[in-house]
Amino acid sequence: MKIDHSLPLEYSTEENRLKILGFWIFLGAEIMLFGTLFASYFTLVDRIGSGPSGKEIFEITPVLIETIVLLTSSFTIGLGVHAMRIGRKKAMMSFFVITLLLGLVFLGVEIFEFIHYVHIGAGLQTSAFTAILLSTLGTHGLHVTFGLFWGLFILLQVKKRGLTPETANKSFIFSLYWHFLDVVWIFIFSFVYLKGMM
Amino acid sequence: MDFFDRFAIPHPSLAIYASMVAIVLTVIAIVVGLTYFKKWGYLWREWLTTVDHKRIGIMYLISALLMLFRGGVDALMMRAQLAVPENTLLDAQHYNEVFTTHGVVMILFMAMPFIMALMNFVVPLQIGARDVAFPRLNALSFWLFFFGAMLFNISFVVGGSPDAGWTSYFPLAGNEFSTSVGTNYYMIAIQIAGIGTLMTGINFITTILKMRAPGMTLMKMPMFTWSSLIANVIIVFAFPVLTVALAMGTLDRLFGTHFFTTNNGGMDMLWANLFWVWGHPEVYILILPAFGIYSEVISTFARRNLYGYKSMVASMVIISLLSFLVWVHHFFTMGQGALTNSIFSITTMAIAVPTGVKIFNWLFTLYKGKIEITTPMLYALLFIPLFTIGGVTGVMLGMSAADYQYHNTMFLVAHFHMVIIPGVVFAMLAGLTYYWPKMFGFMLNERIGKITAWTIGISTLVAFMPMFFTGLDGQARRMYTYSESTGFGPLNMVSFVGAIGLAIGFILLVYNVYYSIRYASRDISADPWDARTLEWATHSPVPEYNFAIVPHVKSEEALWDAKKKRHILFQGNYEKIHMPNNSGVPFIMGSIFFIWGFALVFSLWPLAIIATIGILACMAHRSMEIDHGRYISVKEIEETETKLRGAK
Repeated sequence: MKIDHSLPLEYSTEENRLKILGFWIFLGAEIMLFGTLFASYFTLVDRIGSGPSGKEIFEITPVLIETIVLLTSSFTIGLGVHAMRIGRKKAMMSFFVITLLLGLVFLGVEIFEFIHYVHIGAGLQTSAFTAILLSTLGTHGLHVTFGLFWGLFILLQVKKRGLTPETANKSFIFSLYWHFLDVVWIFIFSFVYLKGMM
Repeated sequence: MDFFDRFAIPHPSLAIYASMVAIVLTVIAIVVGLTYFKKWGYLWREWLTTVDHKRIGIMYLISALLMLFRGGVDALMMRAQLAVPENTLLDAQHYNEVFTTHGVVMILFMAMPFIMALMNFVVPLQIGARDVAFPRLNALSFWLFFFGAMLFNISFVVGGSPDAGWTSYFPLAGNEFSTSVGTNYYMIAIQIAGIGTLMTGINFITTILKMRAPGMTLMKMPMFTWSSLIANVIIVFAFPVLTVALAMGTLDRLFGTHFFTTNNGGMDMLWANLFWVWGHPEVYILILPAFGIYSEVISTFARRNLYGYKSMVASMVIISLLSFLVWVHHFFTMGQGALTNSIFSITTMAIAVPTGVKIFNWLFTLYKGKIEITTPMLYALLFIPLFTIGGVTGVMLGMSAADYQYHNTMFLVAHFHMVIIPGVVFAMLAGLTYYWPKMFGFMLNERIGKITAWTIGISTLVAFMPMFFTGLDGQARRMYTYSESTGFGPLNMVSFVGAIGLAIGFILLVYNVYYSIRYASRDISADPWDARTLEWATHSPVPEYNFAIVPHVKSEEALWDAKKKRHILFQGNYEKIHMPNNSGVPFIMGSIFFIWGFALVFSLWPLAIIATIGILACMAHRSMEIDHGRYISVKEIEETETKLRGAK
């Protein structure tokens, strides 16, 4: 395998460059996936049937915690990738661990939020609005959950194998995924929660 | 025994019992055959675990042909039922199931894998690559498609087939009106196959953008590669919409949500919109690679370079953009109002412009060419007039005011069959015949091939032209019978004759394969058609590594210019070649997806959870695995090359 040392480790082989481009295209597909969910959300947002509306169930506190935690995690994974580029394995791993812990906190608060919704009678089966709300949030939440396991496996590999072209490539791609989830959350925060509470 | 009751067919008939017996016998025959000839190891090592794009292409091809016959039998049953008024061959419920499975099987499990087969086989060869960008992912794509198709097909004998049409409109497809598990099969089987297709899209865009031979700029790519690139871009942007729509439909059916119901705020039209936001681009995913095949075939056998290369590319790009802006024309009559309908009418008719450009480019390529009528060329020449009939009636349907007359009649059925059969099926048959020597090292018999092409061409007209007339007279589609006083009888009988003609055509195709395996010469050159692009510059059949030396490209028609202008394609010496290792994981993961889908269809939650864990375990295994591939040594390359070139 030819390694090009003039490029960062994650770009250093042909296979790595292919994987990064492929993942960008995958993110294009993900944009369409969430785009469709948002389009459906805006279509169904006022169709509340006999259930509650967004205004009645949204609460700012858990949402703010989720937002701050997730945005911070996007920052820390950025630091992690920076540490990786200057070859600091320990620093990189620490930042990734912090990222995953923040992701875990996000997920915990979101689960708490979901239980709360079901508790106050806004379950999956209540109305078209609650169904699309919980599906949109749930799809994002499932992505975060998947990311936690994925990140964990990458950390294990970095710990065992060190920073090689492969592990660096995996870590970098994971960071793209994590940033993307953050972008989606910004849209959820602005157009689902803030718009819903106004 | 309550547990097993759910697997029973809700509405059994002789045909279903017969197919149960047939399925069991086929499975026994395959198992006994493989054991007797000791081929299990061969099957596993050479096919089930392969990551080679050529073998994956051939597996797609075999699946597509099998599904063609499954869908074809459905079609024959429908035409037989409608051949005479008040026929009782099929009852209403069976007719519903048959037209539903016919549509799904033909579009998603026949046309799609046929396209995938040619893309997999041809694209890496055309761009001078050793494989696709992600060979392992490519294998997974195939197995997801395959097991999705199998899951859909067992619905016929386990639990009942879907019966809400291939469009599966809600509220008809909801729990209230579709009580069997049939529509669950629809939602989940298509979901599994669709994930595979999405990954193919990502894979091929990356391959085409990054793995072209040195010197092949984007505007020097062969037209089939261009059409594949654009089709894959459409896949990546259209399939996620289907993913979401199917997930919502599944939630509605299994978890009682209210996305598409008619109460608690549900909106049935949301399904129709989402379905066609995917469904219309899907049509272009099928037709663009077909156009690519025609471009290759026509320029090869007219012995001229393709007329208007740049306008061909531009028109495909325009078609791909417009394909996302026309979806409402599938339901003009469903209450959007005049303004919306007018807008979508205009965008629909606008698509005829770039399509017309392509048709004229092919005609100008033929003009003053030294035309040689081979079987692939015959399909291409039959395509142009027949497809035009389909295209022009499409413009008629695209006029929203007039559409109220045509909507949901046999006119529409005739239109889309006249587009898809000459457009896609003829192209696939042309591609099959054209690339057959490259795949298997011998040619299909030309005489039988031409008889097949004429049989299929004429039968297409006989089968579908009468429907334009009965449709305008008011024969509704998806109706299982009609009364004698309507006067539809004779024309429907003509259609039935055409359907039998098509069946004969496809049997001739199979006979041709059999005949050519037995009698065709194996002593053919690497370039039996005197073609123009890179795939014909390597041996037939193609060695594992495709090209011993990576070709250097200087022009659009690399091989032609190598032959005529003495461009040198292969410079330098053999070097060791890096190749990916085979893997059984994609096959295993596909099988677990099958179990997962089956569990969801019947709401077997513990099994579904176990299968989900299995899928995640496969992914974890892949993440932790260390696999650097392997190298083919210079000595091995030399041996293979000498053997393939014949003693030299």
